[in-house]
Amino acid sequence: MDATPNEMMTIAAARALKNDDVCFVGIGAPSAACNVARLTHAPDITLIYESGTIGTAPDVLPLSIGDGELCDTALCTVSVPEMFRYWLQGGRITVGFLGAAQLDKFGNINTTVIGDYEKPKTRLPGGGGAPEIAGSCQQIFITLAQSKRAMVERIDFVTSFGHGTGGKAREELGITTKGPTLLITDLAIWQADPESKEFTVTSLHPGVTRAQVQDTCGWSVRFATEVNETPPPTKLEIETLRDLQARTKAAHAGKK
Amino acid sequence: MAEFMSLEAAIAAHLRDGDTVAFEGFTHLIPHAAAHEAIRQGRKDLTLIRMTPDLIYDQMIGMGMAKKLIFSYAGNPGVGLLRRLRDAVENGWPNRPEIEEHSHAAMANAYEAGAAGLPCAIFRGYRGAELKRVNPNIKTVACPFTGEELAAVPAIRPDVAIIHAQKASQRGDVLIEGIIGVQKEAVLAAKRAIVTVEEIVPDFDDLHPNTCILPRWTVSAIAVIPGGAHPSYTHGYYERDNADYLAWDEISADRTRFAGWMKTNVLEMGPEIFAARVADLKGSV
Repeated sequence: MDATPNEMMTIAAARALKNDDVCFVGIGAPSAACNVARLTHAPDITLIYESGTIGTAPDVLPLSIGDGELCDTALCTVSVPEMFRYWLQGGRITVGFLGAAQLDKFGNINTTVIGDYEKPKTRLPGGGGAPEIAGSCQQIFITLAQSKRAMVERIDFVTSFGHGTGGKAREELGITTKGPTLLITDLAIWQADPESKEFTVTSLHPGVTRAQVQDTCGWSVRFATEVNETPPPTKLEIETLRDLQARTKAAHAGKK
Repeated sequence: MAEFMSLEAAIAAHLRDGDTVAFEGFTHLIPHAAAHEAIRQGRKDLTLIRMTPDLIYDQMIGMGMAKKLIFSYAGNPGVGLLRRLRDAVENGWPNRPEIEEHSHAAMANAYEAGAAGLPCAIFRGYRGAELKRVNPNIKTVACPFTGEELAAVPAIRPDVAIIHAQKASQRGDVLIEGIIGVQKEAVLAAKRAIVTVEEIVPDFDDLHPNTCILPRWTVSAIAVIPGGAHPSYTHGYYERDNADYLAWDEISADRTRFAGWMKTNVLEMGPEIFAARVADLKGSV
């Protein structure tokens, strides 16, 4: 079954999650991927949203991180201070799943401003939970659709710290978690190099060429010695994603 | 001690020009009716604190009420950007409020420190993050026992906290259920607190012993406003009006259209309109 690049991205991201993961879920693309994982190969995964919902299993994707659906289907719901102090800062989260407006090759993320902070060209929403998600989760997965606007040599503002300028930058700041280890785009799967920490393409999605990956990325792309092809979506994966999106669209269209 | 009064009287009595005020509610229970009353009463020079400014502050900013904003995520959740806030920050329309920007963890910790009567909050955060460079209220301290470097931000101590909740008892105790956010902390951190509720019930005798309750002696005023969180939602009463959040993106994109919408839907209305706004949102709750 033919998948769109965005569907392939969501499904490839879903596959990266394991059944025993405790995942802090960002809104948007990460939320879709985490719920596809839960509805396919990882039924026991614990999904946590920053609104305080622990072990949530929404039937439709939430529009916001605090939709009632998340609370209704959660194991329990805690206050926001407790969520950030005990569960995130306490080191209980195995994977933080983030999106990005701007990303560099070391997994540093900007969601704050385009241009200068004091006189921004575009004022973006800001960090929300991301700065501490990036620091306190055991590792970080990032997902975004490739474009030269989003994947840049130098981001305008470091909202959430990835690997800084690479190498041992996290250790030098006293950060003990792994940081960004995986980047899933609509074209490829990238892994952080164990030494330099630079994102390196390890798998191309079906039909994607190296040139396409480079043409939609603002930095000079490194490819691993051996680049695999991402297995195409299975019937179960694609149907699960499409059903989820159809239910979500119907639910958010409003009841008036 | 909680006093039952009209929303008009509660805002008139407890929210003053120049106040530092937190209208809280984390996506859920956002006190829209109370904000609209503050807009109608023309409050100005406010320092507006909220983790997620949301539509409620986008409207107040667009009406020129904000002297300063303290926040951690200025988006329209799941939709995109807040266009009135952007216009104020990027173009200074109708004024350019001062900005103090944090992360969610920082603000949640700062509310908790405020409730706990501490001067500051200490947490593991902001490492490598650039907000430290642009916000002088983000500092670091060394743990006196381990030497670990930690982030510190001032406690939030608002003049007024304003929240929406499910119900009050006839005594004036307040019950909050579902995604409880930071409302308990905001109320306990504030000098005064205004609560709007969906309904008043005789008593809370049959509730679970660990329920989130604000005793009546922590609250200044209670006003009964059914639907008072719309287009946010009240768990157990009505759902979030996601279609309204999507529509706001267009309404707020243009200054004239925004002003017209505010006139028709806020300035020329009263709090009683909120019950009608949620009438069709009670489907599955």
